Parts: sequence; structure tokens; C-alpha cells
Amino acid sequence: MSQALIELSEMIGARHEDALISAEVKNDELALTVTTAAIVPFIQFLKTDGSCEFTTLIDITAVDYPERSKRFEMVYHFLSMTQNQRVRIKVPIREDEIVPSIVELFPAANWYEREVFDMYGILFSGHPDLRRILTDYGFRGHPLRKDFPTTGYVEVRYDEVEKRVVYEPVQLTQDYRQFDFMSPWEGAEYILPGDEKKEEA
Amino acid sequence: MDGSRNDVLSGEQKIRNFNINFGPQHPAAHGVLRMVLELDGEIVERADPHIGLLHRGTEKLMESRTYLQNLPYFDRLDYVSPMNQEHAWCLAIERLTDTEVPRRAQLIRVLFCEIGRVLNHLLNVTTQAMDVGALTPPLWGFEEREKLMVFYERACGARLHAAYFRPGGVHQDLPQDLIDDIFQWSEEFPAALDDISGLLTENRIFKQRNVDIAIVSKQEALDWGFSGVMVRGSGMAWDLRRAQPYECYDEFDFRIPVGKNGDCYDRYLCRMEEMRESVKIIRQAIEKLDACKGQDVLVRGKLAPPTRANMKTSMEALIHHFKLYTEGFHVPEGEIYAAVEAPKGEFGVYLVADGTNKPYKAKLRAPGYPHLAAMDHLCRGHQLADVSAVLGSLDIVFGEVDR
Repeated sequence: MSQALIELSEMIGARHEDALISAEVKNDELALTVTTAAIVPFIQFLKTDGSCEFTTLIDITAVDYPERSKRFEMVYHFLSMTQNQRVRIKVPIREDEIVPSIVELFPAANWYEREVFDMYGILFSGHPDLRRILTDYGFRGHPLRKDFPTTGYVEVRYDEVEKRVVYEPVQLTQDYRQFDFMSPWEGAEYILPGDEKKEEA
Repeated sequence: MDGSRNDVLSGEQKIRNFNINFGPQHPAAHGVLRMVLELDGEIVERADPHIGLLHRGTEKLMESRTYLQNLPYFDRLDYVSPMNQEHAWCLAIERLTDTEVPRRAQLIRVLFCEIGRVLNHLLNVTTQAMDVGALTPPLWGFEEREKLMVFYERACGARLHAAYFRPGGVHQDLPQDLIDDIFQWSEEFPAALDDISGLLTENRIFKQRNVDIAIVSKQEALDWGFSGVMVRGSGMAWDLRRAQPYECYDEFDFRIPVGKNGDCYDRYLCRMEEMRESVKIIRQAIEKLDACKGQDVLVRGKLAPPTRANMKTSMEALIHHFKLYTEGFHVPEGEIYAAVEAPKGEFGVYLVADGTNKPYKAKLRAPGYPHLAAMDHLCRGHQLADVSAVLGSLDIVFGEVDR
């Protein structure tokens, strides 16, 4: 399995040298990192080339890395039923970058790209209908960004006087509890009282 | 709309397209789907599903919880076959941590995944029949479902939200009398299935409502990212249990039913046949379980708690137990996509781990999502009454679509 993936990645690397940033086979999975501009032709190649035939779009999502200069990473998953292979395409993008849509190649991408727009605020060029999909009508913000609080900003309740559901800013009677169970002996970032000098020593 | 007499159209009525809301509280919407339909007479011109009415932010919540605390969220996705989804989560963690699951646990997982498949298909087939006008099949089907839910309950204490599959195995071993009862059920069930099949398969109304409705060609199935019964109904023998075997599915003998025309009726036939195959797998799993009685069902390493008896005597075991249920276990840095053949199609988890006790990102790939996305494409040109038949055969559950 792994050997076939390495061969596949070498073949793709030879054909698309300028598009490919890196290729990696890990945990029996092939992950290719590609530049933004090359997404559409690259995926077109994966779909149509006889030795790839990644004709099923499995999933599109993004990951938020706020500390990176290219904040988001688009992640595409493809499946080839004929070759019985999977591939993951990763595209690092800046926060203000617009990603070319692949709806033309895969109609299934329509809703996936809408979801990524909804959850991360990433814009797609050439998408026919880029509306929010999972969140409420008139929702503000992009929930899966790391700087969006888990509690959100508004809450709803039914108002007996106005006879309708009203939106109000979230009021927590108790702080949202985010426990840190990480062991202080491994990986914790805070400094325990009395340990201030440990770093210098 | 007015037909005033001095109109240019001389008495003929002006016709305009009609927009209606299908749902969100429509009994045939299988939950909370709001679909805006543009109708020309009774023909659907455009369907725009509005989803997200059941959105609970599962993926966001998962980022602030430990791996084990996240497991029960999977029961709440597709609440018709909970354990199949837990399976995907466990597989993702086990692949990242390189964990080998004990054989008995593997067999129990297969057993309950197939029970989940029967649970799901029973609900789907019978409610689809209800959508097109038959009331008896759901009543008969739910009787069988009830028995299966009792098996769930006897294995883990809960009828729906099982939390039974755990990273590294399953929570507890099955008692022998439960295994015997499942075997007993597997002998009786085919007869019950034949009864339901007798009501539907050659039923004139059922066939009129389903044959040649929403035909999916092979190319369409690929373009729209379909999986599971939606591709098998169109004649492609694609099943992850066979193509990319996980757990110990490669040891089992079962067939993959494939449709010919790719219409709603073929998908119904596939589901009925799959239930029969599932029963075969269940019987084989029980046979294999007999061969490994008394084996441990969890890997007693970092992922799983120590045994009770061990905790009474060993301080380290006690500490481990405490740390496991507070801090949780750490998953090494990396990313993985683990998919299982859930009853509705390919259910996948894309997990990005950063080496801490919580997932950095988890994306749940629900099979119903691309299926529903194709709703507009499938419904165009069909009649309004066919919409519910199409929706029924897509097998939509909003727990997983909205996440």
C-alpha cells in the first residue's frame, strides 16, 4: 500500500513540479501540499489522469493555525474507486486570500465550499452560490476559527411580551469552564509558583 | 392569477411559478429540513434545501474536550446507527497511536456494526414506505428495531447513545446469554424481513412511486460524491468493508448487493439485501466469538483503564485510572483520515492531533451531506409528490448532516 503511494507521489511530483510544495506519505496516507494558484489544474489532473482517477470528492475542509503567516490550510480529500487509493491535498492560504472554487470539476464541492466559507470565512472565486449553510440566518462570525469563543456571541429566547424569539448577547451566570488537565510535568506552558527560576537554571 | 375577461389572454389564466416551503416541520422531511421548492404546476423546477436547523457545533465542541469525552458526540450524529460512527473515531485514534485491538473486541465491533446496519436499514426502508403511503411496514419494522435496541441496552446500558466502542477495544465484554439471544434473533429475523418484503417488493403502489424515480447514473454518483447504497444502487460494487477492509472484515464471507437502474426502487432492494448479508455476518461473528471466550476486550495500555481488580491492588493502576479520566490520553502529533462503511455510506473522520489530550481539529465527513447536496439535481423535473420519495431513498438523518 505504502509503496504504491510513494510511486504515485513521485509520478505526480515529476509531472507537476511547480505546483507541488511538498509530498508526504505518512500513516499509509498520501498528503500533497499545493500552491493556491495551481489548485484547479492540479485537481483536474488528478481527476482525469489514467493512473490517478481520483473521481470522487470525499471532503473539503480547512484548518485554522492563527500563529502561521498563512493562517488557513485548505484540506481536500479524494478517493479513486478504480485504483482504490485516497489522496489528501493541502493548500496553505493567507487570511485575505481567495481560493479558486472546484465546483466546475466536482458539483459536490458546492456545499463543502459553502461550509468552509461559513465556518472559516474563506472566500471562493467562481462559486455559484456562496451562502452560509449550517449557521443561523443572519449569523455573524465564523465559528470554527480558533478566536471564536465556544459559547458564541448571541443567545436566543422566546419573549413572552413580544411574542417572538429574541436575540440577546450571551450572558453567562458562571464563567465558561475550560479545565486544563495537562500534567504540569509534561507539556504545560504555565510556570508553577516557586518555579520561576527553573528556566534560567 | 386573475382571469379578467378583457385580458389579452382572453379568459385563459396567467400562470406563474409557485414557491413553497417543504418543512421544517414536515413529517416526510425526516427531521428538520427546510426545503424551498420552486414549482411549475406540480413539477419541481428548483429545490433549495436549507440545512443547519439541528446544527450543534459538534466540531467546535470537540476541540475543547479530550479524546474520550468526544466519543459520545458520535452517537448523536447519525442517531439511527450510533456505534458505526464511534467506530470511525476509535479507528482514527488507534491508527495514530498504533494500537492493535484485541481480537474479541474486533469481533464485538463487527457484530454491533452490523446490528447498527440492520437498525438503520429497517428504519429507512420502512419510513420510506410510509413516505409513499404505506403505514404497516414501519409498525412491523419498529418491532424488530426494538429487539435490536434491547441488545444495545444489554451490551452497554443505553438504547441509543451507546458510547460502547472505546479507543483500544470496547467498554465491556458481552455476557454469553446476550450472544445466545442475538443468535436466536438472527434465526428469526429473516422471516420478519420476508414479511416486510412481502408487503413492499411487489406492491403496485410502492413500485409506482419508486421505480424510475431519481435515477442516478454511475457518472452522477461519482460527480456528486455519493457513497454507500447510493453508488451500489447505481451498479458499482463499492463497499469499504471489501475494498479497504478495516477491523477484521476481510475474514467474513458476505456479498455486496448491487442495483441495476440506480432508481429509488433499486436502492430499496439493495438495502433489503444488505440486511440479509448483515445477518450472515452477525452469525459468523458469533461463531468466531465462541472461539475466543474470556479474552480481554480492551488493550490495557495508556488508552484504556486498568481492570477493577488491578486497581484494588496496584497504586500505579489507580493513578492511571485517575489520570485517564481527568487528563485523558495524549495522541501523537499527526493527521489521519479514517473512514468506515456506515449504513448510509462512507462516514469519515479527519483528525488533526497536536500531541495534547485534545484534538486540534476534527472534521466529520457525514455521508448524508453530499447526498442531500444533490437534492436539487435529483428533484428537478420530478413531481412534488416524488420529493418525499427521493428524500426517503437518500436516507437522510439530520443529526449527521447538520452536525
